[in-house]
Amino acid sequence: MAAIYSLYIINKSGGLIFYKDYGSAGRMDTNDTLRVASLWHSMHAISQQLSPVLGCAGIELLEADNFDLHCFQSLTGTKFFVVCEPGTLHMENLLKYIYELYTDYVLKNPFYEMEMPIRCELFDINLSQAVQKDRVALLGR
Amino acid sequence: MQFFGGSDISPSPPAPTAPGNNAHMIYVFNRNGVCLLYKEWNRPLHTLNAQQDHKLMFGLLFSLKSLTAKMDPTSAEKGNLGVPQLPGQGCSFHSFRTNTYKLSFMETPSGIKIILVTHPKTGDLRDSLKYIYNLYVEYVVKNPLYTPGAPVR
Repeated sequence: MAAIYSLYIINKSGGLIFYKDYGSAGRMDTNDTLRVASLWHSMHAISQQLSPVLGCAGIELLEADNFDLHCFQSLTGTKFFVVCEPGTLHMENLLKYIYELYTDYVLKNPFYEMEMPIRCELFDINLSQAVQKDRVALLGR
Repeated sequence: MQFFGGSDISPSPPAPTAPGNNAHMIYVFNRNGVCLLYKEWNRPLHTLNAQQDHKLMFGLLFSLKSLTAKMDPTSAEKGNLGVPQLPGQGCSFHSFRTNTYKLSFMETPSGIKIILVTHPKTGDLRDSLKYIYNLYVEYVVKNPLYTPGAPVR
């Protein structure tokens, strides 16, 4: 039932630093993913302007006809968002867990430059494990 | 696809029972971006003046629709970002939620967009939006003194 279609990580300025596709029907080329990521960054900022009350932190969940988009923004401004099937549960926890993996395997990597695209093997491995585990656990229900 | 059933107004959706569940604002736009109706009931914070606020809202929704049509993981064929989409073409979003508000959106085939900004814990408001659209059709469109494209009085 529940499946993740893709994962994006964008840096403070809106540039895409990580993109992983887990099974969407249409393939998007790199340029398109970059555009989509920047567009999302701007939409996130504009939504804060339109809030009727103080203290808006931006869009956390976008529900569309064919997919849901969950977004998590860290305190530093790095955004993690995942495109999944409508009604998928526990995406917020998955995003927080991915943030932990990011801090462990990307930020603590001495060769990683801040705000640059992520090329860390351990991060990829652990991320795949986390997503697969999530999928297996959900299928097992 | 049968968009709305019947010509009579559908029964009113159940009124929200929890306190604090009333709407903050409502916007109605036509396909050109003219704000036909704007009402606010509870808006402590005004970031911009009314004109800019309407334009920003319309722009945000236009771009989000374009984004969801492009990002749709279930369709193989997608146009490029920024290509204006006809109402109903491509995957469109129906709501988004932030920590302080929830925005529910509905677009009709004629391009009329109805937006309701409410408390974040609000449930699915699509039926309420359909009901509002039916009211709009009954009392605004069928009013012989109303000119299409003008703000609603």
